[in-house]
Amino acid sequence: MRVKASLRIMRRELGFYFVSPIAYIVIVVFLIATGWFFFSVFFLNGRADLREFFFALPLILAFVVPAVTMRLFSEEFSSGSYETLLTFPVSTIDILTGKFMAALIFCLLMLLPTVSYSIFVSTLGELDWGPVAAGYLGTVFLIGLLSAVGLFASALTKNQIVAFIIGAALCVFLTQVHRALFLIPAFLTGLFHFLAASTHFNNIAKGVLDSRDLLYFVSLGFLALYFSNLVIANKR
Amino acid sequence: MIRIQNLTKYYGTFKALDRVNFEVGRGEILGLLGPNGAGKTTTMRILTCYLAPTAGTVRIGDFDILENPRQVKKLIGYLPEFAPLYADMLVYDYLRYVASIRDLASSLREQRIAELAEICGLREVMHRPFRELSRGYKQRVGLAHALMGNPDIIILDEPTSGLDPNQIVDIRAIVKEMGREKTIIFSTHILTEAEATCDRIVIIDRGRIVADGTAETIKSAGRLEYQLSLQGVDFAKVRRHLSPLEGVKDIQSLPDSGEQELRIRLICSRDNRTAVSRVAREQGWMVTEFSREKGSLETIFRELTQTDQTKDNKKHRKRRKR
Repeated sequence: MRVKASLRIMRRELGFYFVSPIAYIVIVVFLIATGWFFFSVFFLNGRADLREFFFALPLILAFVVPAVTMRLFSEEFSSGSYETLLTFPVSTIDILTGKFMAALIFCLLMLLPTVSYSIFVSTLGELDWGPVAAGYLGTVFLIGLLSAVGLFASALTKNQIVAFIIGAALCVFLTQVHRALFLIPAFLTGLFHFLAASTHFNNIAKGVLDSRDLLYFVSLGFLALYFSNLVIANKR
Repeated sequence: MIRIQNLTKYYGTFKALDRVNFEVGRGEILGLLGPNGAGKTTTMRILTCYLAPTAGTVRIGDFDILENPRQVKKLIGYLPEFAPLYADMLVYDYLRYVASIRDLASSLREQRIAELAEICGLREVMHRPFRELSRGYKQRVGLAHALMGNPDIIILDEPTSGLDPNQIVDIRAIVKEMGREKTIIFSTHILTEAEATCDRIVIIDRGRIVADGTAETIKSAGRLEYQLSLQGVDFAKVRRHLSPLEGVKDIQSLPDSGEQELRIRLICSRDNRTAVSRVAREQGWMVTEFSREKGSLETIFRELTQTDQTKDNKKHRKRRKR
């Protein structure tokens, strides 16, 4: 892997996000969704914290992140530009890293305006900044995992819509499976409990920094990127 | 510079390339010719490391395409068919991106972009998005893209397809100009184009190489045709005297023979003009015309790429009968 090459690819992808209207639409949708989920219950609860915000976040991200990543490979496959990309002196791993970083950074930029929620809340009451910081840290890991999964979905097909649906299905599974554990045979609940991103996310968001949770996000993220690389390499 | 040995590629069970061998020397302009679906694009995609071969080896410069793909890609500038570049980028932004990803020193980038804009005639479109360009301009941007890293080898897949005659002339001129110092491979199915631009031609058909050489050698390979006009003799007699000559494959009477003059076509496997004229002198025929008809590249191309097919069809028919 060459960092320089990845950075160049990342820069191009990020540039593309911001010259096309898609980026702004996704950001607006994300902010409206998070704002709605947060403020619709915030005043009812009457607590100066962001728990509701972080509670709603995984499901919203499960749809928004695949929308961000869906074009990364699909568009290149369908337009044929993938051929020019692959014949540049870069490896598939450079390409993958560059695109992954672009998705990650874009999503983090999208998350940035939500910091204003916490500032708003802190003006209303005594906000404990610890859980907020922990929540954001968990979100960074969650976005990393979902981006990797979305990228994998995008590598599977040349149709962006299909990539979005596959990506969203995988992400919804990862973020919501912990709610459906009662449907799963008893001997498998342990496994699915471990697979559920939300359980690990909630641990981090509570402020419990366990290496197992971090390892979960990092290893599953790597696995998704590894599979993406296999898919791409297989196309040759 | 490029050495291809026993290159074979399967797409599933479909054999796209079948033990292809050829070499390209430094500074050579090679035209890859063949009907659609012959394997031209597949060959180029393997050379540029976009596809992996099923079997066989390709060495480019000192590198093997499977062992050192990055070094190989550095040596090659490639323009895929239809120039599929990023449609939403401005031409200038795209060229800057290519310059950076091809590791051009940042101090040289502006200069190189200006140079290529000049060579490829892109000045007026530098700040327009790629998708809005006409076919000809798209192709030129593609050419600039291929030339950006100043590569030793330039591979162009049907660079002139879909262009108008003026644009074709422009692109050809650029290719010829580049070919002075660089190795160029380009594919086409227009024969006159290959003849006009290439030092050497490789004709490929259904995954196999059917001819390899300069336009001249390919044309003269196989057969020679002569046209004769004779007076004072009839066709049967001519046939009787000429057919025993060595190398004569066929004698045909041409439809424009008059009563006075007999016109025939002589198809030979080698040059036997002296033998023919000796017979004519001995027999006392009056030869009023004796000319050589060069087989055009078109006829040879058709022969090379069609006879096999008809043979195959016959085989299939036989099999079906069984």
